[in-house]
Amino acid sequence: MSDKISECCRLEDVADGERRIRFKGKLDVKNAPAIIRAVFASIEKHPPLRVIADLSDISYLDDFGVLALDRIRKVAAGKGASFAMEGVGPKAAEILALFNFPDSDKSQPAAKRPEPGLLVGIGKATIDQLLDLRFQVAFVGSVLLCCFHLIIHPRSIRIGDTVKSMKKTGVDALPIVSLIGFLLGLIMAFMSSVQLRQFGANIYVASLVALAMVRELGPIITAIIVAGRSGSAFASEIAAMKIAEEVDALYTMGFDVTRFLVAPKIIAAVLMVPLLSIFANLFAILGGLTVGVLMLDLTAGAYMDQTFKSLTPFDFWFGLFKTAFFALVIAWMGCLRGFQARGGAEAVGRATTSAVVSSIFLIILWDSIFAVLLQYWG
Amino acid sequence: MTEHALIKVKDLFAGYGEQAILENVSFEVYAGEIFIILGGSGCGKSTLLKHMIGLIPPISGSVTAYGVDVIQGDQGSYRKFLRNIGVLYQSGGLLSSMTLAENVALPIEEYTELRKEEIEYLVAMKLELVDLKGFEHHLPSEISGGMKKRAGLARAMALNPEILFFDEPTAGLDPITSAEIDELILKINRSLGTTMVIVTHELQSIFHLAKRVIMLDKTAKGIIAEGDPHYLRDHSGNRTVRNFFNRIPMSGQTRYGSKG
Repeated sequence: MSDKISECCRLEDVADGERRIRFKGKLDVKNAPAIIRAVFASIEKHPPLRVIADLSDISYLDDFGVLALDRIRKVAAGKGASFAMEGVGPKAAEILALFNFPDSDKSQPAAKRPEPGLLVGIGKATIDQLLDLRFQVAFVGSVLLCCFHLIIHPRSIRIGDTVKSMKKTGVDALPIVSLIGFLLGLIMAFMSSVQLRQFGANIYVASLVALAMVRELGPIITAIIVAGRSGSAFASEIAAMKIAEEVDALYTMGFDVTRFLVAPKIIAAVLMVPLLSIFANLFAILGGLTVGVLMLDLTAGAYMDQTFKSLTPFDFWFGLFKTAFFALVIAWMGCLRGFQARGGAEAVGRATTSAVVSSIFLIILWDSIFAVLLQYWG
Repeated sequence: MTEHALIKVKDLFAGYGEQAILENVSFEVYAGEIFIILGGSGCGKSTLLKHMIGLIPPISGSVTAYGVDVIQGDQGSYRKFLRNIGVLYQSGGLLSSMTLAENVALPIEEYTELRKEEIEYLVAMKLELVDLKGFEHHLPSEISGGMKKRAGLARAMALNPEILFFDEPTAGLDPITSAEIDELILKINRSLGTTMVIVTHELQSIFHLAKRVIMLDKTAKGIIAEGDPHYLRDHSGNRTVRNFFNRIPMSGQTRYGSKG
């Protein structure tokens, strides 16, 4: 019996249960997979006693060919057949030696690293959390020390970096913060007017927009936008520097890394984000005014009058204070997560995600705390 | 010439944007040879390599591989060209989120119909070939620079391409590891007949590996020597070339061109 599988492989059944596999031409990535399948099928269907791989006509052999030989040997052994090679030329012998065939057994690749059990996992997570906490405390300490240093030696602030950071955090964010503020004011005025109109209380749309924005939404929305824009940028910048050993280089050059990298970002954020929130508030009021004038037949004068009447200086200053605090949290988390990055490109992504998520969470958390405090003391 | 030219570079002006770092470069790479592109730092070696594999389009001129223009040719033939080459990048180019085994298995999984255990066997063979047995499940960030290069080599030759490109395969490695990588390159070239195009400035590697080199120069913006490195070291008419091969620093004034 002779069975041609492909151009480069022919099966021949010689008497007394010997099956010859005559290879011809190239035994490479293109041909090996098909040969493996065909020879498998043949051996499974009519198991021979002996399998002979005849390599005398091959012109090229590489590790895909070696794989084919190994698989054939294994499946033959599984059927109780012996395996031998014939016609191994010097070239083929060199390749077989290169890949240690047939001596080495690679069917058992290195064991996967053991997955930790539940208990070990919990322990590891706990230790990680504690280490994270320790890192945070150390970071707080180093930032505080840096702040004292900068207060005593104001000239050591890196003005150039700070200004650049201020531009990136503040000026560049102005269009998007203003636009979102305007749309928010528009939406609030529009939604509330539907209810208030029923009572003829159109004018209170102005109070609602002004109070809601200045006290709560202005700071929060601005902070969330800045967390997404700048918090992520801080984290990815520092994480990439950490991975490229730039941070180590700064450290060994004797720089205070906190002062060099963190201080400009924190100063920039704390100065610029409150300003951004003022713009968000102004544009929200403008949005409300647009709805008031166009849909509710209010005059612009009456609307603004009502706005100023509803706001107190305390609302304004407290909103600003909150925003500054949120800005501190954002810059803080951005830098902290950046410094915690370890590993490859993936770590930069992880640091960025973590920075944004932690910032937003902390912003909301602190806003609730402020709301409660205000309730008791206000 | 009886040898078969796999890659032909013709009148190439190389560089990024408008400014050419290399002008009017022409040479051929023959099937089965180890071809080295050398020259001092900043002379455009790596840029030339990137032009050869079609990563950046040349300012003018052409690169043809297998008779098809790498840049101007259609997408299909370029993809076919990519299937026939492997590239080892300077720092390995391993995907940092995957283990070494996953990195090497990636092209095999994508382009063949093999089963999982068969791919595992192949990956084990390749990692053993580059002496990384036992590091299958390590991440690139957990191994040294030399190991990254060797793993990068295992991945570059995952599908046993006909041409392997190396961008500084031994730069920054200790002499022993460098010699091991050189041996590996020779072994693969000899046993699988793979054509090798290597960018390097390591003299030991150059003398050990290459029968034919081209030398680039920053000031001349082109090839200043071509041929057997041993011959060029002793008999080149160009002093820059002789000095390079003999590791003699240039004095400031006669940086290039003074023959004799």
